[in-house]
Amino acid sequence: MADVHLRINGVDRRLEVEPRVSLLDALRERLGLTGTKKGCDQGACGACTVLADGERVLSCLALAVQYEGREITTIEGVADPIQRAFVRHDGFQCGYCTSGQICSALGMLAEHAAGAPSAVTEGLAAAEIELTEAEIRERMSGNLCRCGAYNGIVAAIQETQETRVAERDVPTLVEGRR
Amino acid sequence: MKDFAYLSAPDVPTALQAIARPGARFLGGGTNLVDLMRQNIERPDTVIDITRLPLDRVEELPGGGLRVGALVRNSHLAAHRAVRERYPMLAQAILAGASGQLRNMATVGGNLLQRTRCAYFTDLSAGCNKRQPGSGCDAVGGFNRNAAVLGASASCVATHPSDMCVALAALDAVVELESVRGVRRVPLTGFHRLPGDTPQVETEIAADELITAVELPALPVAAASRYRKIRDRASYAFALVSVAAAMHARDGVITDIRLALGGVATRPWRAHQAERELLGAPATEESFRRAAEAELAAAVPQSQNGFKIELAQRAITATLRQLLTEGGAA
Ligand SMILES: Cc1cc2nc3c(=O)[nH]c(=O)nc-3n(C[C@H](O)[C@H](O)[C@H](O)COP(=O)(O)OP(=O)(O)OC[C@H]3O[C@@H](n4cnc5c(N)ncnc54)[C@H](O)[C@@H]3O)c2cc1C
Ligand code: FES
Ligand code: FES
Repeated sequence: MADVHLRINGVDRRLEVEPRVSLLDALRERLGLTGTKKGCDQGACGACTVLADGERVLSCLALAVQYEGREITTIEGVADPIQRAFVRHDGFQCGYCTSGQICSALGMLAEHAAGAPSAVTEGLAAAEIELTEAEIRERMSGNLCRCGAYNGIVAAIQETQETRVAERDVPTLVEGRR
Repeated sequence: MKDFAYLSAPDVPTALQAIARPGARFLGGGTNLVDLMRQNIERPDTVIDITRLPLDRVEELPGGGLRVGALVRNSHLAAHRAVRERYPMLAQAILAGASGQLRNMATVGGNLLQRTRCAYFTDLSAGCNKRQPGSGCDAVGGFNRNAAVLGASASCVATHPSDMCVALAALDAVVELESVRGVRRVPLTGFHRLPGDTPQVETEIAADELITAVELPALPVAAASRYRKIRDRASYAFALVSVAAAMHARDGVITDIRLALGGVATRPWRAHQAERELLGAPATEESFRRAAEAELAAAVPQSQNGFKIELAQRAITATLRQLLTEGGAA
């Protein structure tokens, strides 16, 4: 048994787990945080996406012990306009992939804001990369949706990005945001 | 998953001591090892977490190369300015692999040592000489659409799945290995072995060695380079065929060329034959096609993967044509 300390959604949590327990199972079965979903348990679907120190990762391929001391954000800890955008644009049907889609989108938007390129980026050396629909689809390709709600998902992310850019242009709003 | 002991190594000496334990394995991002442990393909007794080792930096080398620490995440390497500007094929190759989440987790060292995606390797009821030496190869005469056409043997036809390694092979990268016995350096093109009669031995690394870094030599031609990946869907799938290429032409003549293939061979495949044909040849469609044919001349198809031969030839030609007309990806 290993003693693991994680900061989850801003709260310090301690738990005793066997080293083989995944972060996903620790969240769902030990901490009762069932918002994070298990689709494939082998890294192929993205349903289990959470943020570790703000970066999106797959909790099914993460051993809980390996994330000792890290800051984990699950869907239960997310309060962002993107959630309303998913509702507005029908970014889901059954909802099973949604928590992973939203955590992944938040991580993806942060990656883009930091200047990271993607496989469809033309001109890798460019300083600014426009987040086009093709960019969003490529960057979100690790999140599968069995219901095929992709068009709504992309629209929700696009709207979130546009709002963020607009707010960034209004200096007073920047500090107040999030 | 079988239970195991876990320890997190704070520094390299501790990691190198710990790996002496029987059944010990290093853990990078875990995206391959944890997956295979859950399927009982890998069954370590001790897992040594190396992600806290101070090997997570990209440093400039005197003379213009880069030294990439083994624990640098795939996503961080692809986003690195110097990589995007000086080795764009490497950034493209990494970005063409896996997903955003996986690239955030995966390390450079782990990417080099990822296991094959041949379906029989992870099917415990199937014959697979790589997983169980002597059990046969069910891919021969079985489902082999994804199998290799180059570098295969009667005992194994599994492809090496990495995209990143294809670019590293073209770039003459060098792998740095460290053990309690010292440090040694192995060129990437000699790091992965052909299967021969011992497909279970996949690389030159010894059981107690740690990958500490990958070095990229200064390579001006790499600034004009590209990676092209062909797969069953537009994203998030392994390569059927991929091409990493860098080319420089002056007055219509090819003066420098680097070419490597993925998805078609049992290891990241440096296309030496095609390079020999192209160096000094006119930079024309005709030369590209002839070189592609020369490289694939030795290809041996299985029952379902013959299409890869023509696909690889076309992909080589198209990539070189694009380099000629549009330049590199940077
Ligand atoms: C769904 C899915 C899709 C994928 N698609 C692609 C794709 O399209 N293209 C592609 O190239 N890859 C793809 N991958 C594979 C991915 O790139 C690898 O899993 C990843 O690079 C492995 O890195 P890691 O750090 O997670 O390795 P780990 O899983 O931590 O380790 C892998 C192996 O390397 C050993 N190891 C790790 N680091 C070191 C070191 N420094 N020294 C010595 N030994 C070490 C471990 O002991 C283990 O044996 C995919 C993976 C998944 C799950
Ligand atoms: S449950 Fe983790 S990727 Fe599918
Ligand atoms: S909404 Fe059902 S899987 Fe995406």
